[in-house]
Amino acid sequence: CDQSLDITPKYDVVSSKVYQDFNNYKPILAKLYAGYAVTGQQGPTGRPDILGGDEGASNYLRQYWQAQELTTDEAVIAWNDGNLRDLHEMDWTSSNEFLRALYDRIFYQVALTNEFIRETTDAKLSERGISGANLETAKKFRAEARFLRALSYWHALDLYGNVPFVTEADKVGFFLPKQTNRADLFKYIESELLAVQEELVAARQNEYGRADQAAAWTLLTKLYLNAEVYTGQAKYTEAIAYAQKVIDAGFTLEQEYDHLFLADNHTSNEIIFPITFDGLRTTTWGGMTYLVHAPVGGNMVPADYGINGGWAGLRTTKNIVNLFPDITGNTDERANFFTDGQTLEIKDVFTFKEGYAIEKFKNITSAGVKGSDQTGDHPDTDYPMFRLADVYLMYAEAVLRGGSGGSMGQALGYVNGLRERAFNGTSGNITQSQLTLPFILEERARELKWEAHRRTDLIRFGKFTNDSYVWPWKGGVEDGRGVESFRILFPIPDTDLTANPTLEQNTGYTR
Amino acid sequence: NAANAGGTDAVAAYKAESSYTAPGKQQGVTLKGKVVNENGEGLPGVTVVLKGTTKGTSTDINGNFSLTVPESQGTLILSFIGYTTQEVAIGGQTTFNVSLQPDTKTLDEIVVVGYGTQKKSDVTGSVETVSSDDFVKGQVTTPEQLIQGKVAGVQITSNSGAPGSGSTIRIRGGSSLNATNDPLIVIDGVPVENGAISGSANALSMINPNDIASFNILKDASATAIYGSRASNGVIIITTKKGTAGQKMSVNFSTQHSLSTVPNTVDVLNGDEYRALVNKYGNAEQKALLGGYNTDWQDQIYRNAYTADNNLSVSGAVNSIPYRVSVGYLNQDGILKTSNFERTTLGVSLNPSFLDDHLTANVNFKGARTNSVFANEGAIGAAIIYDPTRPVYSGSTRNGGFFQWEKDGVFNTLAPTNPLSLLNQRHDKGEANRWLGNVQLDYKFHFLPELRANLNIGTDRSDSEGNVLTDANHSPNQWKVETISEYAQEKENNLADFYLNYQKEYTSIKSRVDATAGYSFQEFISESPDFAFRNNETGAPLGQEPDYIPSHSQYRLKSYFGRLNYTFMDRYILTGTVRYDGSTRFSEDNRWGVFPALAFAWRLGEEAFLQNVNVLSDLKLRVGYGITGQQDIGLSYFPYLARYSRADNSAQYQFGDTFFPTFRAEGYDENIKWEETATFNAGLDFGFANNRLTGSVDYFFKDTKDLLAQITVAAGTNLTNRLFTNVGNMETKGLEVALNFEAISNTKLTWNIGVNGTLIDQKITNLSKVDNPDFAGYDVGGITGGTGNNIQKFAVGYAPYTFFVYKQVYDEKGNPVEGLYADTNGDGTISPDDRYLFKKPAADFTLGFNTQVNYGNWDLSMVLRGNFNNYVYNNVYSNLGARQSFSFANYLNNVSDNVLETGFGTNQYFSDYYIENASFLRMDNISLGYNFGNIIGDKVGLRATANVQNVFTITNYNGLDPELGTGIDYSLYPRPRVFSLGLNVNL
Repeated sequence: CDQSLDITPKYDVVSSKVYQDFNNYKPILAKLYAGYAVTGQQGPTGRPDILGGDEGASNYLRQYWQAQELTTDEAVIAWNDGNLRDLHEMDWTSSNEFLRALYDRIFYQVALTNEFIRETTDAKLSERGISGANLETAKKFRAEARFLRALSYWHALDLYGNVPFVTEADKVGFFLPKQTNRADLFKYIESELLAVQEELVAARQNEYGRADQAAAWTLLTKLYLNAEVYTGQAKYTEAIAYAQKVIDAGFTLEQEYDHLFLADNHTSNEIIFPITFDGLRTTTWGGMTYLVHAPVGGNMVPADYGINGGWAGLRTTKNIVNLFPDITGNTDERANFFTDGQTLEIKDVFTFKEGYAIEKFKNITSAGVKGSDQTGDHPDTDYPMFRLADVYLMYAEAVLRGGSGGSMGQALGYVNGLRERAFNGTSGNITQSQLTLPFILEERARELKWEAHRRTDLIRFGKFTNDSYVWPWKGGVEDGRGVESFRILFPIPDTDLTANPTLEQNTGYTR
Repeated sequence: NAANAGGTDAVAAYKAESSYTAPGKQQGVTLKGKVVNENGEGLPGVTVVLKGTTKGTSTDINGNFSLTVPESQGTLILSFIGYTTQEVAIGGQTTFNVSLQPDTKTLDEIVVVGYGTQKKSDVTGSVETVSSDDFVKGQVTTPEQLIQGKVAGVQITSNSGAPGSGSTIRIRGGSSLNATNDPLIVIDGVPVENGAISGSANALSMINPNDIASFNILKDASATAIYGSRASNGVIIITTKKGTAGQKMSVNFSTQHSLSTVPNTVDVLNGDEYRALVNKYGNAEQKALLGGYNTDWQDQIYRNAYTADNNLSVSGAVNSIPYRVSVGYLNQDGILKTSNFERTTLGVSLNPSFLDDHLTANVNFKGARTNSVFANEGAIGAAIIYDPTRPVYSGSTRNGGFFQWEKDGVFNTLAPTNPLSLLNQRHDKGEANRWLGNVQLDYKFHFLPELRANLNIGTDRSDSEGNVLTDANHSPNQWKVETISEYAQEKENNLADFYLNYQKEYTSIKSRVDATAGYSFQEFISESPDFAFRNNETGAPLGQEPDYIPSHSQYRLKSYFGRLNYTFMDRYILTGTVRYDGSTRFSEDNRWGVFPALAFAWRLGEEAFLQNVNVLSDLKLRVGYGITGQQDIGLSYFPYLARYSRADNSAQYQFGDTFFPTFRAEGYDENIKWEETATFNAGLDFGFANNRLTGSVDYFFKDTKDLLAQITVAAGTNLTNRLFTNVGNMETKGLEVALNFEAISNTKLTWNIGVNGTLIDQKITNLSKVDNPDFAGYDVGGITGGTGNNIQKFAVGYAPYTFFVYKQVYDEKGNPVEGLYADTNGDGTISPDDRYLFKKPAADFTLGFNTQVNYGNWDLSMVLRGNFNNYVYNNVYSNLGARQSFSFANYLNNVSDNVLETGFGTNQYFSDYYIENASFLRMDNISLGYNFGNIIGDKVGLRATANVQNVFTITNYNGLDPELGTGIDYSLYPRPRVFSLGLNVNL
């Protein structure tokens, strides 16, 4: 019999061969996107991308969302999982497993995108005989990979700041990447986005789910709006310019606010860049499965959300409730609180019935039909990573912060556009004088709560750590208190400090 | 059945001894006689020799012999393998009636080592033999349990009380972290696959313990290095029973009937206690959820269970072809309702010899079919947590009549499921077939009888299938139709070995040489097809239909090996072995590894200066050093290779209207290579007072380097976050002592005592590619409660799986204060950084004690085992030990009695309060037998036995059972207490 030791896997494809066949390119690109949605090669769980801890909990979107929301006034969670409570109590350390999972996901995306970019250089494409229309398509794919890498590096910049820096120039293996700093990483992301904006498919012209020029412009807007935080240098003018590009691209506000978060939200012309999910074909215990199940508990009826049961975890604090003079939703329909059996005050974070619940993401369509997964586990609902309303508010904020190239009148128009939708008429419209920076922060919470913007917003407004603004259980006390200012950055996880001792921990953290 | 052990080589050795022929020319006195065994039956094939001459013969089929000697003086020596050799003075007699007595020690004289056998006196490594006489008695379903508690340095922990379930075997604590720590198991010369077989509770349980003749356990590197890359965790060589040449047909039938009972259950509150607690502390809503029943859920899920085990074997020799054929049928119910294990086995072995005994063949076949009903073990956890104030049945017909937690008629997915419904409404069945066969040919060259060539072709195959049916009305079944999920698997392990062995005695220079050189190739293939999850009524797939691409794995090992044994003056013995191993798990550059070992033994007892020490009968010093390897990293078959894998259909991604099954670049380490363990062993074998007290003491030190550990790679550098690579070191040192004492030995009464003890100290000495003193280690040891919570760590300077906890602060009364922990790092706040490394699950010291008393026809034996300083995380206390259990909306969970002690409101999962010393002393086995001797006209031997297993356990541990390999106690399938009665009939 054959006694050779030169054997290869029967079903996996050896990397040296995979790029020979152009048919493989799109499935590889699909993985770069899927990295935000699912946790591995088997749904909802199995053959995980990264290891350590619970697979579902390690989901990119789930942890990104938690880092942006549980650390703020927008969300508390009732689960006594490991060091999860530390997110809300704001006393996380470098051994926090949730922050580590997010960090690992970010760098997993960086590594995957690097691999694709490395294998699709012009030289390699030509070497493999990819030409004609395939070549053009391959270049679009490559531009999207660079956008996705920029997106994840932006998460790294925003959350962890001074991180290891790896590009397609590095080979896969075991080495110790150099640490970059926020200013340099900002420049890199900016240059990448500026470089790929022309290579990407024109705005609104790509297949659903794939990034286009507008996605890159939105990310540039976000980058510039927060530039002062990241680098100390304001770039509000640039923020206005790129917001304007997005606005001019032809996106329109969804008529019904609620429809943005339902199982058929892929039809919305407001969503600029989604992370897509499907009850049967894109399944995970993180992502939208988490966002639809975790907020349901108490007296909420799971069937109303198109699911088989709630996970009784997420609620909000009174700070958010108090942004709405009428919390019933009859005036401003964005007041989507569930109050039956819930208390406004939170004495015990671990009791679901304390704190109002929020009804936002649901696995039912705008026509009231349950999603495709009969069991009610996994929703069809897509996650609106970037949407027009956010761009409107960023435009207005950049104008208010003194950026040039925009106008106050336009800003007011955009903001009132959102309010008209919310109030079903002009009753909620504001005047020029009411359009102030504090108003913007509040309006962002009303419009965008639970869409993973809050932490970044509070930091930009200087309200994240200090005691000028507190919420229940901020700092681990019921009435809330300020915490150390270094917490605007998360720590580099101790696991990476070990794997790569050349890294230095962010200021303030012990290790 | 002592004569059956020893393997081919033992048989060959016997034949060599018995090849005396009677002189052609008959003169002098003719002596006639009959040799019988202990039962008075004629014993064929007994060698009869006139002492000091080469005159001899052997007995015929009836045990008769006839020998012509020059005069009727002198002494006859009568010998037969497995029996005590007897000398009989002729003293003028011409007829002799001799009865030979079985000698259990004879067996010990031959030790089966890798690729051959050795005389025990020549062995230089740490090797221990346990033969069938010494096996654990009682209801033993799986082979390794035959030697539980019998061998120093070998820890066998049954994984659960489920029927047919396997054990975790650790020889000297294992040597690896993430690579397997299981020893290599070799059955009749075929290294077997140690992975699980789908549809079977445990792959080893497919070997019928009744067919096993002996275990040889190779512990140190000098003994195991011949198995090179698979030898780091020790080797267990199992030899099955065989027929012997010249043996007349004997039939053995044994039947054993057992009752398994539930020894004890987890302490939780009963209905009344629970009502009182909720009424005292709960809010109005929680009180309103209370029911009026007193249901003991554990009582509902367990039962007394019956087991029948019947075995029939026929052995003998036909036309000088020794054979043994056995069939076995086991039907074992588990104490968890619905669980059942049914096994049918067939064993055949033939050991013919040809060409004037120059060619011997050893043909073995072992086949088994098992049918298992796997009870839903989720019921065990559900039963401890389920509200005791609720009834088993709701009184309505919905949900199959079972009470379930519902709201507005909808099952609450967060609440536990009615434990009995988990058992009765889910049907998990598997059928597995396994057969293991080999043909071993051993040829002694005609022109050079010192040289033997040995060819061994073997295969180990299994095919299995099973399915899980879930009732339509089982509440957690969201499909609301009867669902079926199926699986199947085919495994194949093919072996080809060839070696040459040269043995020569150089009397002039008082030397003996035994040299072996060989080649081995082995391939492992496993394939499992992909099935759709289906509606069992319509056959239609439910949910996303899979792509039906099977999962497939394959790896190959190729090896060259050699061993040289040199014995000088029967006293100084030197053994050198080397193995050169290649594995497909590594790249061409790292594929091959060299694993050498060297050992020296000095039989001090033979030295002149000790010859006069009468009390001393035997003394041997052994010293060995060797390097062994490890490549078994489980499911990672191509860890070195850059490759892409396809996602299944439920993890696709949508572009436009099309969903793409994604292609993922897999993480890899192109430089990954062998893990190496260097072992030093020094041992002393001794015997005192005519070997009435024998024993050995061994010290060992193992240093594993290039550990195949799964470590975190620097972020962004590889295509995953954690990867198998060669990193780190681990040290294991220990001391083993084994003592056997023949306290009383006379014709009426014998009393033997065996004691073994092992001290082990293991710690990780390095775990990262780069030196980092601050490295906190890796989280391991997932617990129940919360999501993704871990309680243990791999940390440098500590034993693997050391607990990582907060230091609990206690009040003046000694009660733990909820949520109050020591500020161990002194930074003024209590944060996760205050968790510290505290205790470990592995015992510092393990003890085995066994004793056997024979009095007349009665015999009584016992096995007692103990573990000391093994610690357990009481996850039942931590998860059920807080009033948080009834703080969930719309349902209540029961609490542990421990709540009444701590008064905790919220679960304190990481408190060291829950780390308990679980030292124990367990009476594993008491067995009583009565031998009726020969009845029915002396034709039938009859023996009756009565046995109790898991008799009692002495421990301070508060949980159900202190013996847990993982150190985390949550929902162990309780190990039953088993009462057995058996009969053994010999024809």
